[in-house]
Amino acid sequence: MSAYFATRPRTRLGLLLTPPLLWLVVAYLGSIVLLLLTAFWTVNGFTGRAEPAFQFGNLVAVVTDPLYRDVALRTLLVALSVTVIDAVVAFPMAFYMAKIASPRNRAFFLVAVTTPLWASYLAKAYAWRVLFEPNGPIDIVTGGHSPGYGLPATVVTLAYLWLPYMVIPLYAGFDRVPASLLEASADLGASTGRTVRSVVLPLVFPAIAAGSIFTFSLSFGDYIAVTIVGGKTQLLANLIYGQLVTANNQPLAAALSIVPLLAVILYLLAMRRTGALENV
Amino acid sequence: MTRRVKFSAAIAVAAAIAVTIAGCSSGSGGGGSSSAADSLPKVAEQKKLGANESTLNLIVWAGYAENGSNDPTVDWVTPFVKQTGCQVNAKTAGTSDEMVQLMRTGQYDGVSASGDATLRLIYGGDVAPVNTSLVPNYTTISDFLKLKAWNSAGGKMYGIPHGWGANLLMYNTTAVTTAPDSWSAVFDDSSTYAGKVTAYDSPIYIADAALYLKTKDPSLGISDPYSLTEKQLTAAVDVLKKQNANVGEYWSDYTKAVQAFESGTSVIGTTWQVIANLIASDGKVNVKTVVPKEGVTGWSDTWMIAAKAKHPNCMYQWMNWITSAKVNAQVAEWFGEAPAQTLACAETSDPAFCNSYHATDAAYAANIHYWTTPQTTCVDGSGKTNCTAYSEWTTKWQQIKG
Repeated sequence: MSAYFATRPRTRLGLLLTPPLLWLVVAYLGSIVLLLLTAFWTVNGFTGRAEPAFQFGNLVAVVTDPLYRDVALRTLLVALSVTVIDAVVAFPMAFYMAKIASPRNRAFFLVAVTTPLWASYLAKAYAWRVLFEPNGPIDIVTGGHSPGYGLPATVVTLAYLWLPYMVIPLYAGFDRVPASLLEASADLGASTGRTVRSVVLPLVFPAIAAGSIFTFSLSFGDYIAVTIVGGKTQLLANLIYGQLVTANNQPLAAALSIVPLLAVILYLLAMRRTGALENV
Repeated sequence: MTRRVKFSAAIAVAAAIAVTIAGCSSGSGGGGSSSAADSLPKVAEQKKLGANESTLNLIVWAGYAENGSNDPTVDWVTPFVKQTGCQVNAKTAGTSDEMVQLMRTGQYDGVSASGDATLRLIYGGDVAPVNTSLVPNYTTISDFLKLKAWNSAGGKMYGIPHGWGANLLMYNTTAVTTAPDSWSAVFDDSSTYAGKVTAYDSPIYIADAALYLKTKDPSLGISDPYSLTEKQLTAAVDVLKKQNANVGEYWSDYTKAVQAFESGTSVIGTTWQVIANLIASDGKVNVKTVVPKEGVTGWSDTWMIAAKAKHPNCMYQWMNWITSAKVNAQVAEWFGEAPAQTLACAETSDPAFCNSYHATDAAYAANIHYWTTPQTTCVDGSGKTNCTAYSEWTTKWQQIKG
């Protein structure tokens, strides 16, 4: 067997690469291409079936309808807020874990941060539903000033759900910052704030960017947490789901789904410009 | 250099294979999806029953296929499995739209479809006409449910009627002290319960607002809440946009509706009797349901068999089982609806059940505005073509929610 492949490197390479490439091209890119194609289709008004055609009505609707614009902006706002909150919360956590905690505690904190990932997404979202309930824990702690179900609850829940995806890359980033640099900065008379600004931040920025790609893209596509804690709020993915399942309008849903696709591609390009993707 | 050439050659080969495969699958998929616009697809009915398959895959409304997991005493699936050997897999759907979508996957044998899904399924070629002679219990189904616009086409039954009922107004008796008798409690006067109002999350709910306007504003000239002109639709949408300011949550998942009322998130809104029953059996809050004076929208459900059902014999067995007197009575009492089977009235645990639900009262049944799919050709039978279609309703519904 191995003798057969030893003399036939091309066959070996071909067999090795075909399954992953099939996966990438057929299952991944293929499905996206089919999705983009159906965006040009029409829907039979009576039976509700999608029928092949080539027209731009769906794309025009996505661009011109104020509803889609408003909801897309709201979704962008949610994704950015979640990313900023996660970055701000994860920064001191990761710094403590990588630079201050003893090796034993470090292992403990790493486990503690990743443990929530073992619990079901729905269980965690419903836990937040209970927390935000009328007369629920948050209501009691804040003296009746709970924001209740809505956009703030959605942002908090998503920030909670995706926090590990920010902490872990950031921890790896801090881990790679030599302690000697921090000491040198202090020896040269820099304050803690100055050290963080001029030494630590530039060094861990690629890690923050890497984490933000997770938090941003996961938040941008989420539609389950918002139905659980978002009250009557709808985000972009809810509209896509609604067009697909409720309205049975697959072409319009496909056209709408180009928006998050573009948003994430643009975000990735922006991150690339910062140089964040080169060393991660 | 040579290594790179080999590598790109391998990619090219793999890509060529991939494109061929993708081309084949999309080609066959595209051919099957085109259908004639308004003509009735030709789907043959089953001529005779064969041996039971071992499985039955159903799409059901909540509470239609109980196997004892919600309440150990409420179970009509287990005896069916024992009797027929058909293992039942029931998928609960929250809206008619979801049901249509699920049926189109081709993975299900049958569905308990309401009138706003039936015609879409019939004309989409997703369901087959039913040979009623293979369903013995069909003969004693209420006559006013047979060969109706929402369950038949071309003079053929496309299913077996199951039961019917109304969408009611439910309120928490602690929070809502004066019993409402009008839908205005959730529309024009909804600000009284700002942030605690709930509504059904489906475009078909626009009909509830239209029904309210029919009485409140006769100048609009609404006769049927599913046949709305552009102007009438706009008026109904305005009512719902105002309501949206006071809505805390919409519901389409009935368990979410139960939880929202029990936690105090919602105190008033549209409901199904089964939701009120579940809240009552949990006993955490007190709720009441009323039929407001403007009248109610409602549903009339029909068990339909998929055109390409993989287990048609089990489905026929199920259609006969679910409309048998005893089982139909059980479902009706659990869900809170009028049974379609006339003999079921003798089998209910509460002897007055059929009277209170007006089960055999054709005149009462005629007064409920049953869910129907709105079309440009008005569905009120007037023959006019200036009505708004369901696709427009769905767009409006997303705009209402903003």
